[in-house]
Amino acid sequence: MMWSFDRFGESIALRDEAGQTLSYRQLKAEGEALCAAAGGRCLVFGLCQNTLGSVMGYAGFLEGGIVPALLSAGIDRQLFDSLYQKYRPAYLWAPEAFDWEGCRCVYERLGYRLLQTPFGRETRLFDGLALLLTTSGSTGSPKFVRQSYANIRANTDSIVEYLQLDATERPITTLPMNYTYGLSILNSHLDVGATILLTEKGIAQREFWQFFRAEGATSFGGVPYTYEMLDRMRFLRMDLPSLRTMTQAGGKLLPQLHQKFVEWCRENGKRFIVMYGQCEATARMAYLPWEKSLEKVGSMGIAIPGGRFELIDVNGDVITETGVTGELRYYGQNVTLGYAECAADLQKGDERGGVLETGDMAQRDEDGYFQIVGRKKRFLKMYGNRVNLDETERMLKAAFPDGECACAGRDDHLMIFSTEESQLPQMRAFLSEKTGINASGFHTMHLETIPKSDSGKTLYRELEKYHV
Amino acid sequence: MNNLEKYINAFAESLEVAPDQVPALKYGESDQWDSVGHMSLIAALEDAFDIMIDMDDIIDLSSFEKGKEILGKYDVEL
Repeated sequence: MMWSFDRFGESIALRDEAGQTLSYRQLKAEGEALCAAAGGRCLVFGLCQNTLGSVMGYAGFLEGGIVPALLSAGIDRQLFDSLYQKYRPAYLWAPEAFDWEGCRCVYERLGYRLLQTPFGRETRLFDGLALLLTTSGSTGSPKFVRQSYANIRANTDSIVEYLQLDATERPITTLPMNYTYGLSILNSHLDVGATILLTEKGIAQREFWQFFRAEGATSFGGVPYTYEMLDRMRFLRMDLPSLRTMTQAGGKLLPQLHQKFVEWCRENGKRFIVMYGQCEATARMAYLPWEKSLEKVGSMGIAIPGGRFELIDVNGDVITETGVTGELRYYGQNVTLGYAECAADLQKGDERGGVLETGDMAQRDEDGYFQIVGRKKRFLKMYGNRVNLDETERMLKAAFPDGECACAGRDDHLMIFSTEESQLPQMRAFLSEKTGINASGFHTMHLETIPKSDSGKTLYRELEKYHV
Repeated sequence: MNNLEKYINAFAESLEVAPDQVPALKYGESDQWDSVGHMSLIAALEDAFDIMIDMDDIIDLSSFEKGKEILGKYDVEL
């Protein structure tokens, strides 16, 4: 049992822009009816939106022991098809407009349909497995993070504790629910009986702010790009009396922007909480306590309640000194079971034992606060979404076999290098389409040759001068 | 380039569409006109006409046509 919706009875759990609502009692009943229609534990692909039907389905599946794999309703059809063929889900839970060949509608509610696939219940599932999420912004690879009921419970408890959430909260959605950070906001608020304001509109749209004001939203979350946008929109001149808290995760915010938002919040009686996490840790690993926000600008804070960090040097030893860079390792019950790369992997148990090598390089200061200084692995955050550069490079090589190419860059700025100048525009459009990330984050450059070592490995360090 | 051409050009370049498709554009309906594209568009319009668009107008600018109306407030004649 994931939730305790009974405690909150007639309180409103979900409210959308059209004024439609579901109380906690209704949410529970709707979820039970949906699970009954699905007939018990199985794998379901959930095509997500920030709408009543989508959230109700997710919450119901979790409670009913049905394992949802959460995907964006706007997912690239080819990527969807490869996941569908590979994992063979028993059902799809999808918006009415979504059709898939060979599927039959068996239940319909709140703008969503339960589509039965021809696969039946052949995909076997480990008992503790609760949920599958893609590593955010996943490109072609059919990789899921396997999250357990215990993972979600542990992380939800930690988040509720450090953000001091209660039933008076009214968060408004700004992030997709198939994105681990967006989902953690839903989980932690459903857990305390709060009212979640669901909208498909974004912060650049008037309807979003109308809904925000009319319903008295108290909080929202954002990735670094969200706060850059808000800053450019001169958000800090807005009068939003209901707003209590803004949270930030999904990459490192520029310290000057961090400071600006912290100062504004202090002057206006609000909180700005910087956090750190990964899908592999369910969602959250660290947060910067509000009392320390000004003093520790640029830091991602301390481990969440129940978690702990270590820094590891190149020899694999624990670093005890302050101000020394090492790889960040996390311990906690929210460390997920592991990855799945095929249907058979869904039978696997816990492969991590509560320990996660984050792949981030960090330092600890004398007060025990951590600062991220770099990454061990070759990936970028693009508007909050993780993009693996080796993966984008592989995709480009497969789709554009002529010449040679390489991917590099910094957050929100991915560079495509190719020896074939004429195909650069298509390469850029291709990556934007496959990742679903706006093309303005992708940049191209023609090189006569891609710098390589004697053994034929691309020398990414030599590409840094083009993007640092 | 006259103002209308500049206006169309700002959309075409920031949202990466052909100029003849620009007049039909609406926020959220083309792949590139999402929140990221929107900020590129606002920056392009501010540059093209040397203006600073207020937040209220930024969130109101939801289509090619609506944008024309908004630029009127900034004394840009299209």
